[in-house]
Amino acid sequence: MPVPLIELSGVCKSYGVGTEVETEVLHGIDLTIAPGEFLALIGPSGSGKTTLLNLIGLLEPPTAGSYRFEGRETAQLGDGELTRLRAVGLGFVFQFHHLLPAFTATENVLMPGLIALGPVTAARREAAREVLRAVGLGDRLDYLPGKLSGGQQQRVAIARALSLAPPLVLADEPTGNLDTHTTDDIFALLRKFNAERGTAFLVVTHDPRLARRCDRIVELVDGRITRDAPNPSSADAATPD
Amino acid sequence: MHFELVVALRFLREGRFQTWLIIGGTTIGVAVVVFITALVAASQVNMIRRVLGTTAHISILPPEEVARPQRSAADPTVLPRVQARAQRLRSIDQWQPLMEALDRNPDILAVSPLVAGPAFAVRGDASRSVTVSGIDPVRFNRIFAITDKLAAGEFRVAPGEAVIGAVLAADLGIGLGDRFNLITERTGSAAPDAFTVTGLVDLGAREANRRAVYVGLRTAQALFDLPGGVSELDLKITDLFDADRVATALRAQTGLDVQAWMSTFEQLMTAINAQTITNRAIRAFVVIVVVLGIASVLVVSVVQKRREIGILRAMGASRSAIQRVFLLQGAIVALTGSLLGCLLAASWIAVFLHLIRNPDGTPLFPVEVDAWVYISAAVGAVVFGLLAAAVPARHAAELDPAQAIRM
Repeated sequence: MPVPLIELSGVCKSYGVGTEVETEVLHGIDLTIAPGEFLALIGPSGSGKTTLLNLIGLLEPPTAGSYRFEGRETAQLGDGELTRLRAVGLGFVFQFHHLLPAFTATENVLMPGLIALGPVTAARREAAREVLRAVGLGDRLDYLPGKLSGGQQQRVAIARALSLAPPLVLADEPTGNLDTHTTDDIFALLRKFNAERGTAFLVVTHDPRLARRCDRIVELVDGRITRDAPNPSSADAATPD
Repeated sequence: MHFELVVALRFLREGRFQTWLIIGGTTIGVAVVVFITALVAASQVNMIRRVLGTTAHISILPPEEVARPQRSAADPTVLPRVQARAQRLRSIDQWQPLMEALDRNPDILAVSPLVAGPAFAVRGDASRSVTVSGIDPVRFNRIFAITDKLAAGEFRVAPGEAVIGAVLAADLGIGLGDRFNLITERTGSAAPDAFTVTGLVDLGAREANRRAVYVGLRTAQALFDLPGGVSELDLKITDLFDADRVATALRAQTGLDVQAWMSTFEQLMTAINAQTITNRAIRAFVVIVVVLGIASVLVVSVVQKRREIGILRAMGASRSAIQRVFLLQGAIVALTGSLLGCLLAASWIAVFLHLIRNPDGTPLFPVEVDAWVYISAAVGAVVFGLLAAAVPARHAAELDPAQAIRM
């Protein structure tokens, strides 16, 4: 069996540890994601979806349990290695308005490379433009986010998440504030990159219509995984609308 | 460009009004510091030069003559009462080799021998008590720039010629080319020496102008019966405020009576020290205000940029990279402000020199700003900019990215 991309076993997360208001948000999560998978993470508000995403995204550490990223136990990594892993191992697509407003579309896409690899090269600049063209923004390369529509901003965010070709992209309600038509476009884009590049996606959503178009659906209720099953109806999802 | 610099510059650009406000504050702060420093330094040097007039930075005099009692002071049976000796005009022993040695001393810019003594300047019925200074005009000019103080004529002191103070000339009713007599203890009133006035000097102080008579060194040696001798060596040194140290060293070396200008003008020195302390206090307060200004703007900026900081951290920027972004902002603001401040200070100085003039239209005093004032302003600004940014930068680095994004 190949090494899973990520492997969570018995992961718990509590806030306010050691205080009177200590609350456990996640209770013993077991979750494995293989390279190239396309998962939906669904569940009601307050079920711990975002917390789980932050945990997988290495933005916060678990309070208990084990989290292996490509076989490496993350608890044993130092701050520098975690930062590095966040830069090259993971891409983030947030719900909305999470572009850097002072930077143009191209600059936003270049930012992860600037952080991880140092000063921008002509080749990386061209690659960034290429990704933006791939998401359909060839004519908006030097626009500031404020000049872009919500759907266009989200495309920039996707291009940015993919810019260093990470094995896993985490998307938190990527279409949360978009209309139906734009939502379909964005989702088709994610599926396209999944098919073409083999990038694994973990998409948090509460839109059942979107969840049905993922290969596997994980449901989180009150901090526990209540369902984790392949999605038989996703066969047609790979074809863009 | 590196990540930190790219983001720091862009954050500053995005801050527009905030950024210009704080750069403006820093500019004015630095300009005030540079302007005050330059002005105080220049006015102090100017004031000292004026007050000192023809007093040298350091004067070397023969050791005082002391009366030696013939009996031992330790003998308890006798109580000797020793009267201090009257100090007659004497020469410095071996002054020529000493002057050559002083010429080679790197602390000393110029040495001028002097024979000075009292006399009466007489013309007709008018007589005035004066101080006759016998000098070597070339060496003397190197120290006191006396040619700049000429009111009329030229500074020429060949035998039979004298340069006198402007007020003295008026008192005696004489001008260029006129003659007057000098009566000294040696010549007596019976056989006065006659001199032709070749120049009039304005030493900047009425009393000095009333008493000044310059003649040649040899002439003065003859007048005061000091053949081949000098009564004083005057020194100009590289650093005015270093006079005490140099004087102490020379005193130890030569065993002569060496006096620095500070000991002659103690009150002036006290006033100058007070001024220096005031200047330092003003500078310190300006620096504190500027540091607080930069810090407060950056603190606000960190709060405003919480989400961006979170996004950058999620994209793999380390805590220390975020910290450097804000430190850099402090340094950039301070450096820009200090460069603009130096320009502003330079223009203030130009305006000051242009507007504020002596009654005769000449500049009040020369203000020369050392390059190091500008350099230290720039370097100091960067240091204080980093200092100001330290707290906001640490605050930014410690933001929890997960929470920052959720904002």
